[in-house]
Amino acid sequence: MAGDSEVASGGSNKPALALHVPEPKYRPGDTADFSHIDIGEAGALSRPDEASAPADMSDFAYSLVRVLGEDNQAHGAWDPKLDADTLRTMLGNMALVRAFDERMFRGQRQGKTSFYMKCTGEEATSVAAGMALASDDMVFPSYRQQGILISRGYPLIEMINQIYSNKGDKLKGRQLPIMYSSREHSFFTISGNLATQLPQAVGWAMASAIKGDTRIAATWVGEGSTAEGDFHSACTFATVYNAPVILNVINNQWAISSFSGFAGSERTTFAARALGYGMAGLRVDGNDALAVFAAQQWAANRARSNGGPTLIEYFTYRAEGHSTSDDPSGYRSAQEQDEWPLGDPITRLKDHLIAIGEWDEDRQAAMDKDCADRVKTATKEAEKNGILGHGLHHPFRTMFEDVFEELPWHLKEQADQATREREIKWPDEHPKDGAGK
Amino acid sequence: MSEPQVTQAPEAAGENAERRLNMIDAINDAMDIMLERDPDVIVMGEDVGYFGGVFRATAGLQEKHGKTRVFDTPISECGIIGVAVGMGAYGLRPVPEIQFADYIYPGLDQLVSEAARLRYRSATEFIAPMTVRSPFGGGIFGGQTHSQSPEAMFTHVSGLKTVIPATPYDAKGLLIAAIEDNDPVIFFEPKRIYNGPFSGYYDKPVEPWKKHKDSIVPEGYYRIPLGKARHVAQGEALTVLAYGTMVHVAEAVCANKGIDADILDLRTLVPLDIEAIEASVEKTGRCLIVHEATRTSGFGAELSALVTERCFYHLEAPVERVTGFDTPYPHSLEWAYFPGPVRIGEAIDKIMSE
Repeated sequence: MAGDSEVASGGSNKPALALHVPEPKYRPGDTADFSHIDIGEAGALSRPDEASAPADMSDFAYSLVRVLGEDNQAHGAWDPKLDADTLRTMLGNMALVRAFDERMFRGQRQGKTSFYMKCTGEEATSVAAGMALASDDMVFPSYRQQGILISRGYPLIEMINQIYSNKGDKLKGRQLPIMYSSREHSFFTISGNLATQLPQAVGWAMASAIKGDTRIAATWVGEGSTAEGDFHSACTFATVYNAPVILNVINNQWAISSFSGFAGSERTTFAARALGYGMAGLRVDGNDALAVFAAQQWAANRARSNGGPTLIEYFTYRAEGHSTSDDPSGYRSAQEQDEWPLGDPITRLKDHLIAIGEWDEDRQAAMDKDCADRVKTATKEAEKNGILGHGLHHPFRTMFEDVFEELPWHLKEQADQATREREIKWPDEHPKDGAGK
Repeated sequence: MSEPQVTQAPEAAGENAERRLNMIDAINDAMDIMLERDPDVIVMGEDVGYFGGVFRATAGLQEKHGKTRVFDTPISECGIIGVAVGMGAYGLRPVPEIQFADYIYPGLDQLVSEAARLRYRSATEFIAPMTVRSPFGGGIFGGQTHSQSPEAMFTHVSGLKTVIPATPYDAKGLLIAAIEDNDPVIFFEPKRIYNGPFSGYYDKPVEPWKKHKDSIVPEGYYRIPLGKARHVAQGEALTVLAYGTMVHVAEAVCANKGIDADILDLRTLVPLDIEAIEASVEKTGRCLIVHEATRTSGFGAELSALVTERCFYHLEAPVERVTGFDTPYPHSLEWAYFPGPVRIGEAIDKIMSE
């Protein structure tokens, strides 16, 4: 009623305010059409000097760095001109990640663990980016960068031990599956709290600069988590101290069920966040392994020469659910993945290698089989150490270790309590034999 | 001895055992020594660099140790703690300052979910050996955003240590121990007693530290182990558990009332010196807990539970808590809020009458 709106607007002729609540273009059952996304042309963009002032390269925060074209050839100034062996390694790493994801997802469905997260469709953003860094550059990942660990040669069996929380798990069964840590591989312990790794990466980079070291830091975060205050803090500290750090934003369009509009994508790009801080910003085709590598290499060179931090938005698509606990058919169109205009990163790199005469379908099939076999072998080995909930976990007392460097009296008392409970529950087992029920 | 003076620093430790410092200078001295001894120590925070801190705790440190060891930060507690976690992972030993304890909340996620959990979740691959210094407590007309005592929140977090000094001598030794500790330490500095001990009789002139025996702060390095309480006074009639400013207030009230109190300055809340507490309560049979923080779920609740669980058959009266009220810290009614001599005196009378 007109009378109501007059009351709502205070009886004046001022217009009633309206709240905008973002809504994704497509919901389940809708026909997805991404023709509104301007992806530009592969090879169209110039490659600015790595010492460029951020303000002089602001266009790169709004366009899309692409190398691999529709013709499967590498184009333009961003082509990193990698040799065929490196490209095959890159392809192999991505294929191994995908094979690993497939089997671990299945393992969760079979009850071998509680949880898993695939990175299907986003493999390039961790594998190719990770390969552009030095092996001792410190990475602060989010939860979907298993590609870095795999391309750094972390043993699959260690990953599976962690996923199964079994007695071989180096993290002693304390962390949710996939929350890896490997100091040896310069891979920071993953947190379940989002975006906390960003200021930490900046702090590590500041420390490296304080010490006159040569190593840089790189961190990964989803586009949804850029809404956290930690992201703002990280950008501020990174630019204030010109820290040698790369902030990678993986814009995979979806944060569980919330589309990127809830992190601000209706208004601007995520790469453009950099500009307000006076930071270099790049927006990159995240499904183009060569573009991903080239951008990370650009930022690494910049950081290593005291040129300062870079924020890179990798524009990609989360092809599957957020995790094993998620079913995306409940909130987005199943067509989206097929219609995604930037394709699949593994297919694109494979097609490129074939197009330049360095690969063929037979070798691809053999590689895929080899990846599946390696994962299967590692899985069998890891299962000897147990699966979640089947007894082969770490001894009870380890629950109380490492809370502090030394065990304080109150934790000693609580450890005794746990041991007592164990003896009451399972009186036939020797209390000190380690693996309990 | 005649009136001790603050004198020029002698060359070696121990030569001038009578050097007197206030708490600010003792804290400054501790950081100075650790910056000198350990190249991995860095000091940072809002206004701590060139200016030397709003309470002057870092005065002169940047000039002496350089801009990459002692520096200002953006106004971002989340960022300060977050970068300190990363620095710790690198191998540094950061000593971030949070300008007021009341400002620490934006940094809580980085403290609670990150710093406190790194050692555990990475099975010792990464640690967060940081000491977060922060002035806390009221009594300076700071209003509700410059007076809070949030220590209980941190004691509730597994993986954090919480340290609160009550004298200049302790402030230096405890801060050095905290900086050397490989676990994250929350180091709350009772700002009401930065410049002198406080009896709680706010209408009386402020006593400077130089008249107090515990303002004797030796030159050079020394440490006081975390987790050890300090016996402020030996007595038979009543155990008093306190920390920070309230140690001095409780001491003054007991003296005024002529109570033969056994007063423990806890110094560290986590890890807690439970042995000292048990020994004292078993001796006196009566226990008073005093803190400035709000009452409900305050650390006094934990202390009361521990004493009751562990010393019940030695108790001759119920354990009493004297605390701040469960309101925000009011500006104009500060001294009505503060758990001063009247509130403490009433509680003592109640315990002693049982």
